[in-house]
Amino acid sequence: MDLLLEGFQTALTPTNLLFAVIGVLLGTMVGVLPGIGPAMTVALLLPITYNVSPSSAVIMFAGIYYGGMYGGSTTSILLNTPGESSSVVTAIEGNKMAKVGRASQALATAAIGSFVAGTIGTVLLVLLAPTVADVVVKLGAPSYFAIMLLALFAVTAVLGSSKLRGFVSLFLGLAIGLVGTTTGQARLTFGRPQLADGIDIVVVAVAIFAIGEALWVAAHLRRKPLEIIPVGQPWMSREDWGRSWKPWLRGTAYGFPFGALPAGGAEVPTFLSYITERKLSKRPEEFGKGAIEGVAGPEAANNASAAGTLVPLLAIGLPTTATAAVILLALQSYGIQPGPQLFSAEPELVWGLLASLFVANTLLLVLNLPMAPMWAKLLQIPRPYLYAGILFFASLGAYSVNFAAFDLGLLLVFGLLGLAMRRFGLPVLPLIIGVILGPRLEEQLSQALAISQGDVSTLWGEPVAVVVYLVIVLILVGMVASRLRGGNGPSGPGGDPEAGSDASTDRERLSA
Amino acid sequence: MSTTTQTDREPHAGEPHRRPVVDTAQYVLAGFLVVVGAYVVYDATGLEDGFSDQPVQPYAFPYVVGAVLVVLGVLLAIATRRGDVAEAEDGEDVDLTTGSDWATVAKLAALFVLNIALIDWLGWAITGAVLFAGTAYVLGSRTPVRDLAVGAALSVGTFYGFYVGLGLPMPAGILDGVL
Repeated sequence: MDLLLEGFQTALTPTNLLFAVIGVLLGTMVGVLPGIGPAMTVALLLPITYNVSPSSAVIMFAGIYYGGMYGGSTTSILLNTPGESSSVVTAIEGNKMAKVGRASQALATAAIGSFVAGTIGTVLLVLLAPTVADVVVKLGAPSYFAIMLLALFAVTAVLGSSKLRGFVSLFLGLAIGLVGTTTGQARLTFGRPQLADGIDIVVVAVAIFAIGEALWVAAHLRRKPLEIIPVGQPWMSREDWGRSWKPWLRGTAYGFPFGALPAGGAEVPTFLSYITERKLSKRPEEFGKGAIEGVAGPEAANNASAAGTLVPLLAIGLPTTATAAVILLALQSYGIQPGPQLFSAEPELVWGLLASLFVANTLLLVLNLPMAPMWAKLLQIPRPYLYAGILFFASLGAYSVNFAAFDLGLLLVFGLLGLAMRRFGLPVLPLIIGVILGPRLEEQLSQALAISQGDVSTLWGEPVAVVVYLVIVLILVGMVASRLRGGNGPSGPGGDPEAGSDASTDRERLSA
Repeated sequence: MSTTTQTDREPHAGEPHRRPVVDTAQYVLAGFLVVVGAYVVYDATGLEDGFSDQPVQPYAFPYVVGAVLVVLGVLLAIATRRGDVAEAEDGEDVDLTTGSDWATVAKLAALFVLNIALIDWLGWAITGAVLFAGTAYVLGSRTPVRDLAVGAALSVGTFYGFYVGLGLPMPAGILDGVL
């Protein structure tokens, strides 16, 4: 508790407060804007890590993360074309509400629900992360190795509709992560000295997120403008409050645990929340026509999961969402290694960050309710300028890493890869996580085997490692079982055909 | 659980589907994966044994990653043959009902190459402005003078932003001494 109070002292200095405000505004802006999201924005802002203190930068990035979550809902309510997968569910009821003239109430329940969920989620984060870190810090390299394998596997296999494409993406990422001379010998450097230190992950992230997206949109740019529903001041009647508060709490209960799991993500909990609210509603007939519960629950789940993803990020150093992955890069560029030692090594940074999350949440509520009509206007920005701007800042971001034209070449190559990934439905997240975790996986394996002097059995010599491997096997069995029951889908990375065992609970969780 | 979402990108999408649609372009992706995987393995064959303090041989990971990429490429080719169609990504500004406009993408890529070729000589302040105005034009803006003005403001602004705000002097290129 004292630590958190000290954290508030860090977070509430004028400078850091300013960075929080900038972060929240920027985050909401990019959340609202089509074609650009919080992950891309943080990636583009990585150059500021050269000259801004770690606390300020991380506080701003966290503000962008939370703000982006909120801004995304504005777009899906007013446009019915959700930009991020986490706000797909919000669009179902939210846009219907907007069409019958209840846009203000939809935005209000989204904003207040996000605040409630974000605050509760942050409290849980504050309680949980140090405890998890205390446990994790005692683990050895074999357990880390296992947990990383689980994270890679879960992010790839559990999220997304096509497992095959998930694994394609993951292994492309791992291949990119091999480039460099970390092992003492040049791997995949094509004899180029610029590649000796590996491919800068900032360049990869900016290329895949920003360039890939902008090129993909350019190939499919809408010829006719979207219909945007005008909106006034968000407000809710007493009845709307009565219908919203339970969905907020239930959404939070779904969102946080899913965010905290290594497979994280907001898609599953928002969807679960929507189904639950439809079942529990006293007016199920309103669902599909603009039920406020259908906005309140998923929006809360969305924000609570954002808080949840910070648990593995801060306590284990594992990113489970794209934005968390880029925030991890930011920490690494300061030479800070996120992980269980973070709480003891950088208390000011961590507790300042945690405190700033409360600040960011409050700022979001205070700023967003009155500013909603202004945010809605952002949707009318001329598309040529929007995407030209994205390409411009992406180039700047990649160029600023070394001021080398070579990096711009890499940016184009990986941008075209990002374009191809969108064309072929390859998920972006496994690739980014693969690039980040691939080298660390190799490092942990080396460390484990160095300590055991080459004895491979050390890998399952720790109880935590064994449990983690069991979880991986369970997920695998669940996947195979669901495939066998659900007919023979064409895709699949040929797991062990040891199906038949009862993994139905797991399966239901996966297919939900 | 299959990903066969019908996207009307093939020109003959109007005809009834008597036989499974084959996403031919996906064979290219499968081939790409096999080539990348094979190259990763080939590159690893050139690596020597690690030092005695390296329990994990430098070629161990590349062998695994490369081999799996080859297998994934083959699996993707098989899936494609069975009628697996990619689920292209949707978005606010994305309209998947019309065909893909690859000419625009090619023009944008060309502008990128131009930027790469010229940035060391002309400097970001100039090439950045050209990049912005050029991409805006390709994307449908028809006010070149204003675009150039906006682009120049952005590129010069970011140049000074880096210099003053972050203490990072960007190479000025041909404008060295002017900026």
